[in-house]
Amino acid sequence: MRGWPLIKLLPQKTNFHFVKYARFAGVLSVILCVASIIACFYPGLNMGIDFRGGASMEVSKPAGQTIELDRVREAVNGLNLGDVQVQGIARRDTNVDDGSTAILRFQVPEGRDQTQVVNQVEGAISGAVGQVNYSGVSVVGSKVSGELFTSGLLALGVAIGLMFLYIWFRFEPQFGFGAVVGLLHDVILTFGLIVLFKLEFSLNMVAAVLTVIGYSMNDTVVVFDRLRENLRKYKTMPLRDVIDLSLNETLSRTIITGVTAVMVLAALAIFGGEALFGFSIALMFGIIIGTYSSIYVGAPIILLWGVKRGALADDAKPVKLGMASRP
Amino acid sequence: MIQLSRWKVILVVVAAVLGCLLAFPNLLSDQQREALPGFMPKNKLNLGLDLQGGSYLLLEVDVPAMREKRVTNLIEDVRVTLNGAGVATNGFQREPGGVVVTLANPAQGDAAFKALQQLGGQVGPGGQAERTATRLGDNRIRFAYTDAALNGMGATAVDQSIEVVRRRIDSLGTREPSITRQGADRIVVQAPGESDPTKLEEVIGQTAQLTFQMVDVENSVQDALAGRVPPDSELLQGEDGTPYLVKKRVLVSGENLTRAGVGSDQSGRPAIDFRFDGAGARRFGEATAANLQKPFAIILDGKVISAPTIQSAITSGSGQITGNFSIQEAATLVNLLNGGALPAPLNVEERRTVTAELGADAVAAGALSTAVGFAIIVLFMILAYGLLFGGVSVVGLVLNGVLIVAAMSLTQATLTLPGIAGLILTFAVAVDANVLIYERMRDEARAGRSVIASMDAGFNKAMGTIIDANLTTLVAAGIMFVFGEGPVRGFAWTLTIGVFTSVFSSVLVAQVLLGYWLKTAKPKKLPIAE
Repeated sequence: MRGWPLIKLLPQKTNFHFVKYARFAGVLSVILCVASIIACFYPGLNMGIDFRGGASMEVSKPAGQTIELDRVREAVNGLNLGDVQVQGIARRDTNVDDGSTAILRFQVPEGRDQTQVVNQVEGAISGAVGQVNYSGVSVVGSKVSGELFTSGLLALGVAIGLMFLYIWFRFEPQFGFGAVVGLLHDVILTFGLIVLFKLEFSLNMVAAVLTVIGYSMNDTVVVFDRLRENLRKYKTMPLRDVIDLSLNETLSRTIITGVTAVMVLAALAIFGGEALFGFSIALMFGIIIGTYSSIYVGAPIILLWGVKRGALADDAKPVKLGMASRP
Repeated sequence: MIQLSRWKVILVVVAAVLGCLLAFPNLLSDQQREALPGFMPKNKLNLGLDLQGGSYLLLEVDVPAMREKRVTNLIEDVRVTLNGAGVATNGFQREPGGVVVTLANPAQGDAAFKALQQLGGQVGPGGQAERTATRLGDNRIRFAYTDAALNGMGATAVDQSIEVVRRRIDSLGTREPSITRQGADRIVVQAPGESDPTKLEEVIGQTAQLTFQMVDVENSVQDALAGRVPPDSELLQGEDGTPYLVKKRVLVSGENLTRAGVGSDQSGRPAIDFRFDGAGARRFGEATAANLQKPFAIILDGKVISAPTIQSAITSGSGQITGNFSIQEAATLVNLLNGGALPAPLNVEERRTVTAELGADAVAAGALSTAVGFAIIVLFMILAYGLLFGGVSVVGLVLNGVLIVAAMSLTQATLTLPGIAGLILTFAVAVDANVLIYERMRDEARAGRSVIASMDAGFNKAMGTIIDANLTTLVAAGIMFVFGEGPVRGFAWTLTIGVFTSVFSSVLVAQVLLGYWLKTAKPKKLPIAE
């Protein structure tokens, strides 16, 4: 059984002093978080029609023909709909932007009939650039969009709350606190990236952020599990060394899983077409941030807060221990 | 744990066979699926509208508008009843759900109350009196819908609307439309495939409320146009814009129609023949007998279609509507009338349409990225852990894929485009379980344990972490399911199924295959240790 073509991607044993740089990382994280929060209000999220209401329309011509965006813009602007965005995108079938496909986004002014406005816009487009194919049309009323936005935010809030409860029951309050700070950090930075890349914030994006939350927790749990185990094993080792040790021990797993996920999402961003692009980019960066935070946010916070080692060592009064902790 | 236990082998084999069986129909064409023997599952993946193309409409039943209308009718009923009883009134004060009448002469209070009680005694469709009269003093009487009737109106209206919408869409011949209720007063219509959303909306958007009302001949249209509309009349327009002054009271409405059909009038132009039910025929007969030589208006959705003069009492219960119809318009109208009127207007709150080509392109993009993502994972796992251990996780991954497709086909959960993304991510996270186990084995081997002991410990100790980690994903998916809509729910469901299948296949399959390897090869050294 020898001679498998085993490529060792990583040294089996690493000895990085993660904690040493925690202060620096912490300052960096705080700055980035503040910047992201500010960015969410100014310039603000690029709200999709799911949350803002209005209409989006995908128009295309057969491959090889072009839709003159300026003429479309001019024609639709003539309808007094307020802000009209016209943007060329890649063809769905070839994934190449040859000028034959475009997306329009516009608002339906208060008091005007959705269907009528959509028909007017269709008329204006045909008038400007001739016959086009309407491959996807979405219209969301202002009432529904408001509700979708509220339920989206609610979902994010509930997710973070439940994760906190879960970690709190499964580990200890300090761990839960560390996990939630890490989680907030990931969510805030992901939002920052969404603003930075001008990605459209839509229902799908909420799903992406929720997935980032799930993944970030997943990562944190793996590190915390090992940390708890090592705290029990090395009762006299200083806390910062135990944290360093645990991070090093889980590092190869963190990197293998993280790299796999990021590569797969990159494939999705490249081949998944326009509809999945923003979604996969947000997920990809969210996962990178989540990996960083489980090393540099979650664990150092525990260091800051301290852990009652006695409680962990005392087998008679343990927090409910998983199978991982069986001797 | 690593010892090859029989039940684990059986479990894995059964799951694999069942999974293949359930996923199999996805490889077949529709004809081939039909030809499958009866015991074989036939369900394919249920693709969402974004993948197969189609229309999604979220409609809101305008219940307040309907209540307003009912109250208006109630007030007119009161007016007519009191007139008939010879009671003089001083004023009508509209309130939510009813009206308070002030009598001119308190001495007539008893007579008025009695007349209104009688009016209220008429039993509504619910089998109970819906409207009641209450005395508020000597000269004031309140006549209103009961709270139960008011509250029930909304729910009944939504149920009726669903029925009407279903009948109308069926008349279009749309393939497998799904019409469901959402929340208190909303209806979701999903029509897959090549259906024309504009046509769909046109058919649904029309209320098709047909009413027969008397034309107000005592007052002039000019006065009304100048703003002096009598309280019991309303100003409506004809198809060509001609103004009509029409009594508010509805003589007979479309609810009393039993059948409508396309006919032709004396000059051979298309017209609509109709027939009333018993109650409708009686009311129409009485009204026409009492108003000979006067014009009445036939009104559809607030527009006067025609206003013929009553030549003789019509007691047969059948009649004809003439107007400027084309054959097609007449046919559409007949369909709408036969489908029944919507009890309340429907407002389109959300509308999404995807053409079938766009859906097909999305499927192609999804399939390509799944294939590429899968290849990347396979390559990476084999590079990281070698042919044996990496290969074992690839086998688990393949089984995982089969099981997900099988579970999605079995439950007929909707697969959406974000769902495909969820699927790919599930593969990446499924590998995580193997990575956790293998890394643990490496640790144990490095600590100097034997091959069996380190593999055993690898599975044992990683298990808690794996469960913890996957539970968090489940929580996230659960939240998406509860709070999400449409595509997000699809994503959540895919993620949930993926969590179960991936823990099953990456842990159990690895245990069985590696257990078998351990038993047959009797290795001295863990291949993944240095």
